[in-house]
Amino acid sequence: MAEPLLDIRGLKTWFKTDDGMVRAVDGVDLHIDRGETLGVVGESGCGKTVTARSVLKLIDMPPGRFEEGKILWQGRDLIPLEQDEMNKIRAREIAIIFQEPMTSLNPVYTVGDQIAEVIELHQKLSRKQAMAGAAEMLRLVNIPNPQRRVNDYPHQFSGGMRQRVMIAMALSCQPKLLIADEPTTALDVTIQAQILELMQEMKERFGMAIMLITHAMGVVAETCQRVTVMYAGKVVEEAPVEALFGNPRHPYTQGLIRSIPRVDRAAEKKQRLEAIAGTVPSLLDPPPGCRFASRCKFAMDVCTQAMPPLKEVGPGHYVRCVL
Amino acid sequence: MALFSGIALALIVGAVLLGPLLWPVPINEIDFTAKLQGPSWKHPLGTDDLGQDLLARLIYGGRISIAVGVAAMIVAIVVGVLVGAIAGMASGRVDAALMWVTDLFLSLPQLPLLLLVIYLFRDSVKGVLGVEGGAFVLIVAVIGGTRWMSAARLVRAQFLSLREKEFVEAARALGASRVRQVVQHILPNALGPVIVVATIDIAAAIIAESTLSFLGLGFPSDVPTWGSVLRDAKDYLDIAPHWALFPGALIFITVLAINFIGDGLRDALDPRRVL
Repeated sequence: MAEPLLDIRGLKTWFKTDDGMVRAVDGVDLHIDRGETLGVVGESGCGKTVTARSVLKLIDMPPGRFEEGKILWQGRDLIPLEQDEMNKIRAREIAIIFQEPMTSLNPVYTVGDQIAEVIELHQKLSRKQAMAGAAEMLRLVNIPNPQRRVNDYPHQFSGGMRQRVMIAMALSCQPKLLIADEPTTALDVTIQAQILELMQEMKERFGMAIMLITHAMGVVAETCQRVTVMYAGKVVEEAPVEALFGNPRHPYTQGLIRSIPRVDRAAEKKQRLEAIAGTVPSLLDPPPGCRFASRCKFAMDVCTQAMPPLKEVGPGHYVRCVL
Repeated sequence: MALFSGIALALIVGAVLLGPLLWPVPINEIDFTAKLQGPSWKHPLGTDDLGQDLLARLIYGGRISIAVGVAAMIVAIVVGVLVGAIAGMASGRVDAALMWVTDLFLSLPQLPLLLLVIYLFRDSVKGVLGVEGGAFVLIVAVIGGTRWMSAARLVRAQFLSLREKEFVEAARALGASRVRQVVQHILPNALGPVIVVATIDIAAAIIAESTLSFLGLGFPSDVPTWGSVLRDAKDYLDIAPHWALFPGALIFITVLAINFIGDGLRDALDPRRVL
């Protein structure tokens, strides 16, 4: 098998707080191959975003700290790199878009300026060429009238349009990997579908890989080839998307899938949505054993004694559970 | 109000800049036959005890007073923005130390400090830069150096909230260096309130310069500024009230106009205002 584009091995990103070490990411392994879309799912606070930011080294240090692990980008470890070396990788090779399109654009510059800034910074083009590039990017992300809209300010765009602008900015240097950190969470449903479609289109055009972080299982089913399920700073299940939805092995994954709202069922049977009881445990001093044990219907004695290892249960399908 | 003030200020500044062309009377032409006269056609604002034309002296004095005000404001804002920006970005110990210095300056009584500094350094600075230039640099430095604290606090507070904004993080994620993040993305967003403070600082600096001149610690006494004309007039208040009235009124109107403009800017730049 060829070397993966991004290979995270045993990554531990911890945060030092007054109460002790918060183990936000506690030994995560995941990899992304060229041109594939990997979904990273899990509920709030399970370490998805910290993992994503760790890849681009956007974690504030202190309080954050890489405790262990490697982030191999095309075989090269990013963790020991200095800031200015990281700046060469950011946008040019790995780009990220955030959840909040409303505040992710600088209100005092036109969107054209902001896209052009990225292009200028990395491609050493003149201002004029960069602005032309910015208009071209706006056209690619389906913003009508791009020649005129490059001179508009962010407040003149709607939420969905701003997310398109963010995508245009992120893709302006044709990165090999786009990390999308809950790109559609702040948008309404119809716009969500458009943005996902746009990302799909861009992926095919530029041949890049996408790491899609989300808590919407429906989005994952639609767009991803492989899925990594995270819980409390650990990967609990990893599988091709068909295997994950067809045969979810981890009780947490099963719970997540059952908690997808379904219009047909809700309307017909007035069925209540199933939720997973309880909340994510504190990551301050996680108990030994399986972190999901306290919320798991099938928890046994062994679950609280030692962390189960990831075991392979099918081709490319790994699960961290004794069942 | 701000518009009206803007017009008043523009008139004063225009008069001060173009005045010498329209009223080409020398400022130090002594004429004892015409001393302490009230307003007349020959001397629209009257004369002082040496028969010098007050209009000419006030026009010239206005140049110095306003130049000092603007220059001192620039010094205060540059120092304040630098200190505030460094404190806001660095956080931790550097921040604490800089804010400690800021508090220290805030708690110093300003006037005695001004007097002391000018008394101590006047002669040495004069030696290097000449009488007038020396006085100008010293006064600007002293006034600016004791007025940067409000700008520093303001900029620090803005930086603390702005540097956590998503667009700054987005810039960082797309490979912007630290300097670029600050200069391109944080500073322009922090400038609104700074501009307001800057306007009001000009007014305060004009007052401070007038005070210094009034106390005889500003420019040498043969150079007229609004404050020094006022000082010279104080001994003749009973027989020549016009002499004190005009410079006093000019200081009053200028400072008031600048303050109203500052208020107007604050309202105009207030994000909560509904457009």
